[in-house]
Amino acid sequence: MTANINQPAIAVRGLRRSYGEKVVLDGIDLSVAKGTIFSLLGPNGAGKTTMVKILSTLIRADGGEIQVAGHDPVREPDAVRAAIGVTGQFSAVDKLLTGEENLLLMADLHRLDRRDGRRRAAELLERFDLVEAGGTMAATYSGGMQRRLDLAMTLVGAPQVIFLDEPTTGLDPRSRRGMWQIIRELVAGGVTIFLTTQYLEEADQLADRIALLDQGRLVAEGTPAELKRRIPGGHVNLRFTDPAELDLAARAFGGTGRDDEALVLQVPHDGGVHSLRGLLARLDDASIEVEELTVHTPDLDDVFLALTDKSALTDESALTDENKLEAVR
Amino acid sequence: MSTMPLALRDSTTMVRRQIKHMRRYPSLTLQLLGTPVVFLLLFVYVFGATLGDGLGSGSGGRGEYVDYVTPGIMLMAVAAVAMGTAISVAMDMTEGIVARFRTMAIARVSVLTGHVVGAMAQTFLAVAVVVAVALAIGFRPDASVVEWIAAAGVLGLLAFALTWLTVALGLAAKTVESASNTPQPLMFLPFLGSGFVPTDSMPVGLRWFAEYQPFTPVIETLRGLLLGTGIGASGIAAVAWSAGIALIGYLWARKLYNRQN
Repeated sequence: MTANINQPAIAVRGLRRSYGEKVVLDGIDLSVAKGTIFSLLGPNGAGKTTMVKILSTLIRADGGEIQVAGHDPVREPDAVRAAIGVTGQFSAVDKLLTGEENLLLMADLHRLDRRDGRRRAAELLERFDLVEAGGTMAATYSGGMQRRLDLAMTLVGAPQVIFLDEPTTGLDPRSRRGMWQIIRELVAGGVTIFLTTQYLEEADQLADRIALLDQGRLVAEGTPAELKRRIPGGHVNLRFTDPAELDLAARAFGGTGRDDEALVLQVPHDGGVHSLRGLLARLDDASIEVEELTVHTPDLDDVFLALTDKSALTDESALTDENKLEAVR
Repeated sequence: MSTMPLALRDSTTMVRRQIKHMRRYPSLTLQLLGTPVVFLLLFVYVFGATLGDGLGSGSGGRGEYVDYVTPGIMLMAVAAVAMGTAISVAMDMTEGIVARFRTMAIARVSVLTGHVVGAMAQTFLAVAVVVAVALAIGFRPDASVVEWIAAAGVLGLLAFALTWLTVALGLAAKTVESASNTPQPLMFLPFLGSGFVPTDSMPVGLRWFAEYQPFTPVIETLRGLLLGTGIGASGIAAVAWSAGIALIGYLWARKLYNRQN
């Protein structure tokens, strides 16, 4: 019961939830350590938002055990609510109020006294680069500004656990990077973040651990590096200056992915240093001159496609290979 | 021990938010204030002379009709604000901000209380405008201060009831459009009662409805208080209807707001 240092910020066991006949979450287990970023990754309709709604007390689970900041969202919803902050996919700002009024509204609802509320609002406007816009109605804000205000409002109550449901969906690249920076700063300050996203790059950039959600089940969980290691698909590109060298190399390594025009040979490779050394030794032994060598490690896109839908993967990879060949000719 | 002051504090915060909304977005309020005034002028100046003669009591004509119709228009003002409440609640629910409120450790009902109190303020403003215009065009009530206060109480009670009902309708609505349609019948209830003509001039089925629907006893009570006509059992019926509608509306709204699915 009592909050303990080693207790995870979020612990979920056997979580289930259906809407009518449709099973949205089908036995989810996960654990998020304090002070880390956990990213729930999945395609549209995978159940990410349902998960956030359950953990943030908006809806109930049909079954399973849940602890958020040490409390059960069903039995002690107010204890959970006091510990969390939620920034949703659709900005949760009051568009008829100004940026500053929105923050003061939050300060009032967190029962800060007037002076503390004003100070907190001013700090957050400053931190989220909204000082100039603070006096204008939120309805006039750009998408990025609304999202920043949204997150600023979440922070008024100094939550321990923050749920960010697709916080950068619809933002331009600059705003997205700004948001990432803010998220990193938050975690540095000791907050735990539960992030849902459909952007692999985002999860890769931010998350300590990633779980892949597909059709209501977690199909993989681990650090970004662990997940990438789970699927093959890495290779080394060797570029030559002379077609004769390319022929030599092709004979030495087999004819996979040969591009005569660009003088490039693609050799399957697991990305490890040891096997790379072996590859270089073989090139040396055969006295083959290589102009340039690049290593391609599988990115989360590969992982995502491989793990979320097997049938789609085969089609997809067949297609990309064809495209590559097409591009080669 | 501290629940009540916190609920009160949160509700006050929400009322302030509601008042800011009304100031920021005055067109809805102006429309709510304007509609009953348009009906008042229409009925007094276009139909008033004929309808006044048909009342069959007193001097007849337009002058008498102003007195007759004003209580009905006051109810129309109450109904118009209640309609606006359904719209603004439904609009609020489509915004992410309410989802945010629901994930915060605040008094649950305060969001709705904000709407109700804001709507009550709008109602009194709307009714005051109707009374002011009516007075300017010949409405001559003979009420004492106590009777005015009683009339305000009766109207306030009805407004409270209809507001909770329309808050529930706004919450139940899937879209803002349907929220603006479902309370529409409220605007017609003064017509299908004793608001514009005496119920005994209506055909049997309609007359039965007109005599037993909730607006009629409220209109009759207002008439009695402001103009000195007989109230009879209307007073008790008016209070009973309002209390019943308020209770049902409140429970329904609370249930809808707290649903977790």
